[in-house]
Amino acid sequence: MRHLIAIDELSRADIERLVAQAQSIAEDSDRDIRKVPALRGRMVLNLFYEASTRTRSSFELAAKRLSADVVNFAASGSSVEKGESLKDTVLTLSAHRPDAIVVRTPWAGAATLVSHWCDAAIVNAGDGKHEHPTQALLDCYTLLSRLGSLDGASIWIIGDVAHSRVARSDIHAFQKLGADVTVAGPPTLIPRDIEALGCDVRYDLDGIGGADVLYALRMQRERMDETWVPSLREYAARYQINEGRLKANQIVMHPGPVNRGVELSGEVVDSPQALIAAQVEAGVVVRMAVLYELLASRNAAASKTTPEVPA
Amino acid sequence: MSSEPRVVLRADDIDRALTRVAHEIVERNPDRLPALVGIHRRGAVLARRLHEILTRITGEEIAIGDVDIGFYRDDLAERPEAPVLHASHIDFDVTGTTVVIVDDVLYTGRTVRAAIEALFAYGRPRRVQLAVLVDRGHRELPIRPDYVGKNLPTSSAEHVHVRVNEIDGVDEVAIEGGREVLAA
Repeated sequence: MRHLIAIDELSRADIERLVAQAQSIAEDSDRDIRKVPALRGRMVLNLFYEASTRTRSSFELAAKRLSADVVNFAASGSSVEKGESLKDTVLTLSAHRPDAIVVRTPWAGAATLVSHWCDAAIVNAGDGKHEHPTQALLDCYTLLSRLGSLDGASIWIIGDVAHSRVARSDIHAFQKLGADVTVAGPPTLIPRDIEALGCDVRYDLDGIGGADVLYALRMQRERMDETWVPSLREYAARYQINEGRLKANQIVMHPGPVNRGVELSGEVVDSPQALIAAQVEAGVVVRMAVLYELLASRNAAASKTTPEVPA
Repeated sequence: MSSEPRVVLRADDIDRALTRVAHEIVERNPDRLPALVGIHRRGAVLARRLHEILTRITGEEIAIGDVDIGFYRDDLAERPEAPVLHASHIDFDVTGTTVVIVDDVLYTGRTVRAAIEALFAYGRPRRVQLAVLVDRGHRELPIRPDYVGKNLPTSSAEHVHVRVNEIDGVDEVAIEGGREVLAA
């Protein structure tokens, strides 16, 4: 694996290997958070064009626990605000010779472009509505740790699927691990032809009782202004996971941050069936596994000595 | 000029070697038995076997753990792929104790160096000793074993395979490939 751009490009074995590596790291860290020298002398550059506290800090912590040097580059307050293009920014920052660039942008496909412009290993931390592969990996890690296997499991992804890169990455990941995925939400927020990904589509929550896992997506408030749904109250009435809808054997997940009382009721967020805190915890070990896989080998080291002239 | 695989130790040879090593560990540590820490994966298996023998012959409780060296290797930038990681388990307080690191084959010494570094992440042991089933020579670092099951002079072109029942379904030590050029 040279880059991590999309779950779509991974095999089931890739996902299972990364999850297993993360589990090995986690088992050791249980007692004490240990810093290890694996990536000493390597540099990880966080290039974030969107606000993201948790993903960025999770990557930063993962890199630092592996002893890599971390440089954070946030688009706000930078040359980007002075009009520098993504390409020029990447070329400029490449002069620092990062071994990996963790990139988040609002533009689908940007991570792939960045991988063509420099020699660093690229980790996609979210590119527009396309993918957010490390979120899907940590979701797989959380589910596999709880359920052991996803073969034959029924997973419902509920809410704003249309604007969600998490949904897209999770659909691919859960299906590759053998789960049956159903997406549910208001018709305005379910992309047309999403069936092509092999998932069932529902416009209401009837039948949700048969699901093993309910994965609620964040209902972004700015969608209100764009009138995708009539009101948050109406959305909550029809699509909220609350105690009335949740069965005792079901697991609830959410990529965070949660709008309490919108996609999940407060009681559900606080119930032991919600694995939201476990998902956040998984973030660091999963990202350690990803950075370790990309950087602890000859591939990563060799790329530094043979810079290409960027196209 | 590669030769057929030759089995140099069979199951009962390995048993005898481990039993002898166990007795040496007792002799060398008369006041208090040391903790055992095996290096993943086959060193961890051998550490468990040594632990069984030591418990049997002394009747005492002996601390045991295992350690993975993936994060501590010095060749991470040269390997084709990142090594598979295993969970480390050291559930006793390392600080102040004598620890015997256990591995299957001692070769360049780099694995042992990494294991010492990994061990020190858990505390500061009073003393660290090294037990190996096979010492095949060709050290690249100033590391020497305290307990050796079998000295096995080899050429660097040869491969020494330690196979254990728990992982490989058979107990044996075999030499494969290479030429019969001996090194101390």
